[in-house]
Amino acid sequence: MTATMPDLEQQFEQTIERDQRIEPRDWVPEAYRTTMIRMIAQHAHSEIIGMQPEGNWITRAPSLRRKAILLAKVQDEAGHGLYLYSAAETLGADRGELTAKLIAGKQKYSSIFNYPTLTFADVGVIGWLVDGAAICNQVPLCRSSYGPYARAMIRICKEESFHQRQGYELLMTMMRGTEEQRRMVQDATNRWWWPSLMMFGPPDADSSHTAQSMAWKVKRHTNDELRQRFVDMTVPQAEALGVTLPDPHLRWNAEREHYDFGDIDWSEFKQVVSGNGPCNAQRIAHRRKAHEDGAWVREAAAAHAAKLRERTA
Amino acid sequence: MVFDNAYEAITEENDSRWAFGTGFTDPLEGVDTSVPSGVDAGELEAYCLMLGDDALVFSHRLQEWCTNAPELEDEVAIANIALDLLGQARLLLARAGERGEDSYAFFRGEHEFRNVRLAELPHGDFGELIAALLVFSTWRLALLRRLTESRDPVLAAIAAKGVKEVTYHRDYAAQWTVRLGDGTDHSRERMAAGLATGWPYVDELFTPHEIEVSLAASGVAVNPAESRAEFDEVLAQVLRAATLDVPEVPGIPGVSGRTGRDGVHTESMGYLLAELQSVARADPEATW
Repeated sequence: MTATMPDLEQQFEQTIERDQRIEPRDWVPEAYRTTMIRMIAQHAHSEIIGMQPEGNWITRAPSLRRKAILLAKVQDEAGHGLYLYSAAETLGADRGELTAKLIAGKQKYSSIFNYPTLTFADVGVIGWLVDGAAICNQVPLCRSSYGPYARAMIRICKEESFHQRQGYELLMTMMRGTEEQRRMVQDATNRWWWPSLMMFGPPDADSSHTAQSMAWKVKRHTNDELRQRFVDMTVPQAEALGVTLPDPHLRWNAEREHYDFGDIDWSEFKQVVSGNGPCNAQRIAHRRKAHEDGAWVREAAAAHAAKLRERTA
Repeated sequence: MVFDNAYEAITEENDSRWAFGTGFTDPLEGVDTSVPSGVDAGELEAYCLMLGDDALVFSHRLQEWCTNAPELEDEVAIANIALDLLGQARLLLARAGERGEDSYAFFRGEHEFRNVRLAELPHGDFGELIAALLVFSTWRLALLRRLTESRDPVLAAIAAKGVKEVTYHRDYAAQWTVRLGDGTDHSRERMAAGLATGWPYVDELFTPHEIEVSLAASGVAVNPAESRAEFDEVLAQVLRAATLDVPEVPGIPGVSGRTGRDGVHTESMGYLLAELQSVARADPEATW
């Protein structure tokens, strides 16, 4: 006897209700499938586009140890991208099609990567703030209702925490260095602080996807909750480092037991998300060029594989 | 690590979970680095720089591929090879002398770099990359295998580690050579063109420098000329599988017989070093 739609739907709801995982073979509502593919693809694209701002400094890293760490980090990001595209493929998506959507501007990636990396201190600040914010966002996703995504996130979060530590350790070292190095760290902090806060997405009141995503347990906390958690964790780290966070309104609120912080410039966020940030065009053009330059190589691999199949048939 | 608290991990004291360790500045810390009896320390330094610079400079060219590879799997693989070679460079530059790996890498002039010219050639496309990697790794693997017998235990250990890594590099390059050579007509042309670009620099790889000859005589170094037959055999086998011919192009001479091992490079080397050294040299007092 085949299960009827209401049965399947009920089974799906119960799986979510009991905090169990949805697996690739399970029936899911089409909207859940679409939402998960969108979320996972955006995350995968972010890993791949995110290689560019840091990759910018690999060949110029000022010590061989820093070069090795940065190269390994950027390599991890390629690995995360691969892993996530594979998770999206368990939902019926295709890596090639997702990449085509990315370079056509039809799917988004994290806006943070549309800002430029201007000094080597940016490598440290990206680790500290950007990877820090990413971890805040991603740790709860280790309990996402979609099994392959949740398991991917466990592995990714482990590696991200190394990334964050290398960034913070670089900044600590630089702050103990020359006056010029301290200036670079403060300047990079000033440039990355507000974009990092924007990484958590629009305020809850304006977030179009939050309610459904929370109900499906693909998302576990609201944007504003995660943003507050990030601020609360980062302020003491900035103090330990000896840098000032560029917000005159930042202060401890004993009543709320949280830090209050100033208003985020959401017009800048909207502008960057809509495609007009400092590096949007450059990032996509770079990805498109790599993809197009590699077309003949991928075609050759496919042709060779076809020849092998023919010979063994 | 508790994952609801992953973020707090960075405020902990340094511990063994750090990638690449925390404070280490000397990759050979704890290793007996005394120079074997009867070996000239200056010659040993020069020899370590030769093999170290080969790895450092070729790794730099591979790092340039980051975010530019044809597929994500190759993004990961090329970065991996670049990391392996960077690791070999660090050990070899550390073995070279007290001056330290970073001083050698960032504060030497172009004429003091002793890498072969093949390592510094820019790659115009993936065909050139694969051709250069096939030649470089086949040559280096043959060399490192012999170097595991070195009378210098430090070099022997570095070589033993390198053999495992470069075996993979050669395999990766050979597989792509076959796919591109025996893929489409277009890829076959481009792979052949890539080989033709790199091939003029092959003879230099097997022309021993006087220091290599001298140290080989005392059992410390390898005379590269000994590996030519092995190299030719491997390349013939791979190119046969790829349906490609061994290029017939003359070797590129140096200047008055002086080439990479003597510090005489191609014009591209200056740009490579300008990039490699720019941040380190902008603030020589800085600590990273």
